[in-house]
Amino acid sequence: MSIVDRLKPWLLRFGVDQELPIVLTQRRIFIMPTASGLLFAIVLVVMLLGAINYDLALGHALVFLLAAIGLVAMIHTFRNLLALRVTPGRAEPVFAGELARFTVHLENTHRQARCALELAFGKNETVSINVAAEGRASVGIACPAPRRGRLDPGRITLSTRYPLGFFRAWSYPHPPLSCLVYPQPIVSPLPPPGAAAHDGQRYGEQGEEDFTGLRLRQPSDSPRHIAWKAVARDIDHRPLLVKEFAGGAAPELWLDWSATPADSGIEMRLSLLAGWVLAAEQGGAPYGLRLPGLALAPDHGDAQRDACLEALALYGAQ
Amino acid sequence: MARSKSAPLEPGAIPWLLAAALATAAPHAAHLPLWLSLSVGAALLWRAWLWRTDSPLPPRALLAVVALTGVAAIGWQFRTLLGRDCGVALIVFFMAMKPLEMRTRRDSTALVMLGFFLLLTHYFYSQSIVTGLWLLAATTLLVAALIRLHGGGQPARVIVRDAALLLAQSLPLMLILFLLFPRVAGPLWGLPQDAHAGLSGLSDRMSPGSLNRLIESGSIAFRVEFAGELPPQTSLYWRGPVLDDYDGLTWSVPPSGARPPATAPLIESRGKNYRYVSTLEANNQRWLLALDLPLERPAGSMLARRFETLAREPLRTRARFAFSSAPDFIANRDEDPALLLQSLRLPAQLNPRSRKLAQSWRAQFASPQQISDQALRFFAHNDFIYTLRPPLLGQNAVDDFLFATRRGFCEHYASAYVVLMRAAGVPARVVTGYQGGELNPVDGYLTVRQSDAHAWAEIWIAGRGWQRVDPTASVAPSRIERGIDAALPASDPLPALVRIDSDWLRELRNHYEAANNRWNQWVLGYNPQRQRELLSRLGFTDPDWRNMSAALATLCAIALTIVAIATLRQRQRATPAQRAWRRFCTRLKKQGMAREDWEGPLAFAARVAREKPPLATICFKAASLFAQLHYGTGTPAQLQELKDCTRRLPSSWRKIR
Repeated sequence: MSIVDRLKPWLLRFGVDQELPIVLTQRRIFIMPTASGLLFAIVLVVMLLGAINYDLALGHALVFLLAAIGLVAMIHTFRNLLALRVTPGRAEPVFAGELARFTVHLENTHRQARCALELAFGKNETVSINVAAEGRASVGIACPAPRRGRLDPGRITLSTRYPLGFFRAWSYPHPPLSCLVYPQPIVSPLPPPGAAAHDGQRYGEQGEEDFTGLRLRQPSDSPRHIAWKAVARDIDHRPLLVKEFAGGAAPELWLDWSATPADSGIEMRLSLLAGWVLAAEQGGAPYGLRLPGLALAPDHGDAQRDACLEALALYGAQ
Repeated sequence: MARSKSAPLEPGAIPWLLAAALATAAPHAAHLPLWLSLSVGAALLWRAWLWRTDSPLPPRALLAVVALTGVAAIGWQFRTLLGRDCGVALIVFFMAMKPLEMRTRRDSTALVMLGFFLLLTHYFYSQSIVTGLWLLAATTLLVAALIRLHGGGQPARVIVRDAALLLAQSLPLMLILFLLFPRVAGPLWGLPQDAHAGLSGLSDRMSPGSLNRLIESGSIAFRVEFAGELPPQTSLYWRGPVLDDYDGLTWSVPPSGARPPATAPLIESRGKNYRYVSTLEANNQRWLLALDLPLERPAGSMLARRFETLAREPLRTRARFAFSSAPDFIANRDEDPALLLQSLRLPAQLNPRSRKLAQSWRAQFASPQQISDQALRFFAHNDFIYTLRPPLLGQNAVDDFLFATRRGFCEHYASAYVVLMRAAGVPARVVTGYQGGELNPVDGYLTVRQSDAHAWAEIWIAGRGWQRVDPTASVAPSRIERGIDAALPASDPLPALVRIDSDWLRELRNHYEAANNRWNQWVLGYNPQRQRELLSRLGFTDPDWRNMSAALATLCAIALTIVAIATLRQRQRATPAQRAWRRFCTRLKKQGMAREDWEGPLAFAARVAREKPPLATICFKAASLFAQLHYGTGTPAQLQELKDCTRRLPSSWRKIR
């Protein structure tokens, strides 16, 4: 670890920004000439020598004009970031191995547009965006998600070379961002229904075909089955009711940790389960998930799928 | 590896780059070989077509072949690859080739840099006001191309506006740099051979027809600013080369002409002396064209034995020289006998009739002055005609002129007069230079043009020294009194700028030339010396590079700070509702009710209701209107109501107690 590496945390000691929105103040903006800025400086020196040698008054004027433009452009590069407001947005969960996209909202309170802002996490893919004068824009910044769990992409590198590319101004806003990363699913045949099912709760006779009546809601009921209309009729005086259906033919399906091969690693077993969740959701029948220390009652639909995948993603966390 | 990292070029930026390439390269077409201009145009068109049709760029191998062929052809055309013109041709050629291999943003940035460099090369050829304005336009375009490259796709109008804003903010800084950047006198290294091509002016020889080529040019030779009043028009003789050698056809400066004299020439003034500063256009000659005859010369110049003022080096750039002159003078009462002998020499066989005539005068008159007067009478009384289109003369040129054609202009008269005088035994010589000049009433400068080129004579009389005699004056007095325009028949060729009849055109020309002169004096002629003058006028008594750099840095910092404050300080614009509410509160303040910054509208209204009950209704109304407009969804009608509330507030002088 070199001295620079040691000093970095101290130099860039902002850490996660707790106060939102993050306002890019002058203290947080860095600016340096770029390679083309240095090339420009060299060209100017050569031009100045030519103007002196041939005694060209307009040549002097041109060189001085260009030098002045370079300096003024520096101010504009800085201006392009100054007082920009950054607010973190949502990040949709992804499967491990995919690219996570973190939405970030940018707000420009100035009367001039912000052009060609470039956002990236570290050295990852850069997205470019303009924010209109007194406008807002949202942008999804990509970050690879190699492992399941909660992904913390770290600080954002927000940079710009506008207007002339001679200077690069950058800042490191670090909003609290996180994205849920599901295990990478492995496609494999579903375990036979009921194979690993425990006795206890029985939902076997129920389906969704025929409405039979209402009953009081139990905590394990899916929110999809709540009789919202009935609830809405008399919101203050009645407990939540759940619609009951009869005639569902599908037998209940339990996706069980113990059904996965015990000799494979944890990640592999979670991946298998994730694959099963997807397959079961596609099958349309209710399914439950059982992990060591956790069980999700059988149900189906996007909410159930997401709940199961989240449980898998966070398995073993804390 | 680094190349692959640079962002790919957006197709939308290509028209900007091509336009920039065209704008910087096109004006060079005026002096580049035609084939090169055509190939440059073709290459740019090709690139434009590739962009239109979204086709891939040509393979690099093909481009390498084309580039090598082009460079070889340019080398062949100019017979070198080093000179100034050749260098310009090469840059123009690269400017056309670069777009054909432009794939990344980095390539395009290099193209723009090349464009900046190409802009500089235009000033080898012209530094006029028009070129200066075009500099601004072309720079704006190049900057716009850079903004398009680094700012993404915006409407063209926005890009050009941003570029113009950038330029406008840079101008004060440029002015400071231009005035205060420590100037170094060039050249820093040897200039190529062709650096000063195409400069025109007087020459060290005068053969028939050489002067009228100059007279037919309307371009300005020099401008003079007199410290006080102007000398009379008839004594405005600006002394150039003195021609003392005659071979029967050509008058020329003797080889010894440029050597410093053994004894300093002795010039006595007999009348008023005049102080003036001449701004000479570059002419690639050493004669400084002082008013006949100079008493004080600029430092570094030399007074030659025939009274020409010579600079150390040929004049390669426009420069200013301060003189003091005496139009009425006595020069060299005692002259070197060798010089006088030289001024009597004539080719032995030529012009027998003229010699005979002169010898008859010598027998008839006692003094040289009388002989000279007789010669001038001869011109005045024998139908001599002043014209710029004289007939051709034979081998005995002076005989033909004096006795046969009798048509000619200053060079014929001066030449014939000097031949006559020498034949009569009076030392005489031809002086060339300029006569007259036109006062520009706009800026008070006397403008002397190439068309004012003139040749006159000098004779030496014992005890009185060298005296100026202008034989042209006895033929066409108006030439000396009112200029060449008045002396010539209308059919003779004269530049349009010199012969202007209508008053408003003349005034327009005067204004144009005065502007040009100011440009020349203050922009183009801004050299180390002028810089020192300006600084001492600003109070820097002893400007050395150290305090100059300090002043430069300070002023640049101030200018940049002003730009930075103007750019970075951004107050949030208040909405119309906020503005109306603020106005309402200001009005209330005059009634003694000031709203605290932390007070919300309704809380404020409640406080007003407690402290000034008569205002309660209107305050609650205004506050609730503002609350709806600002925090809810207000309507334009509500905004109008809020404004009405302000109007209905009692004025300050009717204070509510």
